[in-house]
Amino acid sequence: MPTVSLREALNQAIDEEMARDERVFLMGEEVAEYNGAYKVSQGLLAKWGPRRIIDTPIAEAGFAGIGIGAAMCGLRPIVEFMTWNFSLVAYDQIANHAAKMYSMTGGHFNVPMVFRGPGGAAHGLGATHSQALESIYAHIPGLKVVMPSTCKDAKGLLKTAIRDENPVIFIESEVMYGDKGEIPEGEYTIPFGVGEVKKEGKDVTLVSWSKVLAHIVWKSVEKLEEELGISIEVIDPRTIKPMDYDLIVESVKKTNRLLIVEEGWPFASVGAQLSDEITRRAFDYLDAPVERVNQEDVPLPYAKALEKHSLPNIDKIRAGLKKVLYID
Amino acid sequence: MSTTSAAPKKQHSRLFGLPKETLLDWYDDMLLVRRFEEKCAQLYGMGKIMGFCHLYNGQEAISTGAVKGAITRDDYVITAYRDHGLAISKGVDPKPIMAELLGKVTGTTRGQGGSMHIFDKETNFLGGHAIVGSHIPIAAGAAFASKYKGEKRVCLCFMGDGATNIGAFHEGLNLAALWKLPVVFIIENNRYSMGTSVRRSSAVEELIKKGLGYDLRTEVIDGFNVLEVYTKVKAAVDHARETYEPSLLEIRTYRYRGHSMSDPIHGHYRTKEEVEEQKKYDPISVFAEILKAEKLVDEEWLDEAEKRIKAIVEECVTFAENSPEPPLENLYDVYYKESNGE
Repeated sequence: MPTVSLREALNQAIDEEMARDERVFLMGEEVAEYNGAYKVSQGLLAKWGPRRIIDTPIAEAGFAGIGIGAAMCGLRPIVEFMTWNFSLVAYDQIANHAAKMYSMTGGHFNVPMVFRGPGGAAHGLGATHSQALESIYAHIPGLKVVMPSTCKDAKGLLKTAIRDENPVIFIESEVMYGDKGEIPEGEYTIPFGVGEVKKEGKDVTLVSWSKVLAHIVWKSVEKLEEELGISIEVIDPRTIKPMDYDLIVESVKKTNRLLIVEEGWPFASVGAQLSDEITRRAFDYLDAPVERVNQEDVPLPYAKALEKHSLPNIDKIRAGLKKVLYID
Repeated sequence: MSTTSAAPKKQHSRLFGLPKETLLDWYDDMLLVRRFEEKCAQLYGMGKIMGFCHLYNGQEAISTGAVKGAITRDDYVITAYRDHGLAISKGVDPKPIMAELLGKVTGTTRGQGGSMHIFDKETNFLGGHAIVGSHIPIAAGAAFASKYKGEKRVCLCFMGDGATNIGAFHEGLNLAALWKLPVVFIIENNRYSMGTSVRRSSAVEELIKKGLGYDLRTEVIDGFNVLEVYTKVKAAVDHARETYEPSLLEIRTYRYRGHSMSDPIHGHYRTKEEVEEQKKYDPISVFAEILKAEKLVDEEWLDEAEKRIKAIVEECVTFAENSPEPPLENLYDVYYKESNGE
């Protein structure tokens, strides 16, 4: 299997879907002549030309709206946000229009489009450029939310997203674009709503996704298993909405304990939703309350030590594991 | 050149050579919108229409001149929440519109949308949008799709005067002008955004000047004269079709009713006298006078038109009243559209 970077995996997905479907085009700030703020669209302008790889002004509400109108009229736009933080400027377009169109029009119009870009914290970007916003999108009926943690998943899921008939929120991570991974040769897609057991274990189920899984959890798991003398089962739901609750329930039936590690703030987060659902579905199997690791409930500070202290880290994961496993 | 053609027959110059049947059809359309809205007011008062309901009374020359007159079925129309009249003029069957207002399953959107969200794919009526200004970039997107696909469809995007103050208006105009998208932006300036006059809400009282910032083709139009609306909107549409260049038009108009059915007709923000004064320029009466002066209709024809339209509106009400409410088990029918990966 070829090894590629995450940005290459995403690039391949876009390129292949553009070749497959004339209706697909990419639009966003710096996606064309600059080759992408994070080089996800590297080479696509040269290959596809300015009709289908389109630089926009800094006008998120404007170009998100153009994407929605174009999608209503038969096209399949991919709208790139330079970061998901900037999507808040277009939140009205996404939540009030893209999300509601199919239902509110009684099925007359649907919005088959992808909004994509990096989310979450990178390093030292401060409060406005570091937000994990998946919960505010997953909250809105009509949207699907996808957050891959590997190159293979990223490519397969993005292709599925582009082919979906509904608006899809596809959240990547700035610090993952250089991550390397193997991807299958040739054409493949990955369905929504199907999580994956990324590592089998028997004592506790750890659910995590996207960058926190790729960069924090994986760097902690082996060490903590050894340190605490435990075996951890790691599940990546891959899509936040629809959520593969069944997979997690099955795992919890085996391990009887659940720790959720996410980057978002704790209040009304995806982890809060998961905790609620799994507690009710698997109550009789749980040997301890569901534990959660989140970012602290503050706007993320800039200073390095504060930033590290606020975000999920190995110490918080250790503490969460000890608590859910009743280890003193 | 023959002598006969050198001496043309008497032209109805102010009728722009439009055939009689077209003009009479337009009169019917304006009257239908007016009587439809009056019926809505009545049904709202009876509690049969719920929520917010914004009526078009006084603005009919715009829907008829611009939508029924100046574009084709293939062209797109999109507007804000004052949408019944524009939908009717676009050719959306008024029966399902009335059923939608009554929340029935036979409504335009199966009772999912309501008054502010009328949509119809078949006639390319793109809504019906209730967040002020947000549909303006969406209109540019419809025009983008037309150009991308190499079609000649034009999108007419209607908005109120209040929408010209919000960001989406400016982003939509800039993008449409920058990318040369075939969209005609039409401000229906009825002088008040809800209860706030243009003077109290816009730094520029002549709203058309806002188009100059984006180097748009602009024009101010008398919204009480359906023929003027038709010719000037048609020119902008033709221009968009030929060159893909957008325009901004300001049609000066007036609404007779309150902002919505939950508001008084005049309230504190305008006087009763002002409303009555405006009715002297009523677009339907103005058009009737033109048609009479041109000897295309007489009083008898106008009386017949009233009866004809009244019957259509009654038919709408009967259809809506006799339709069932959406079954509760339909709640998730239009939740996510099924995707087969194709």
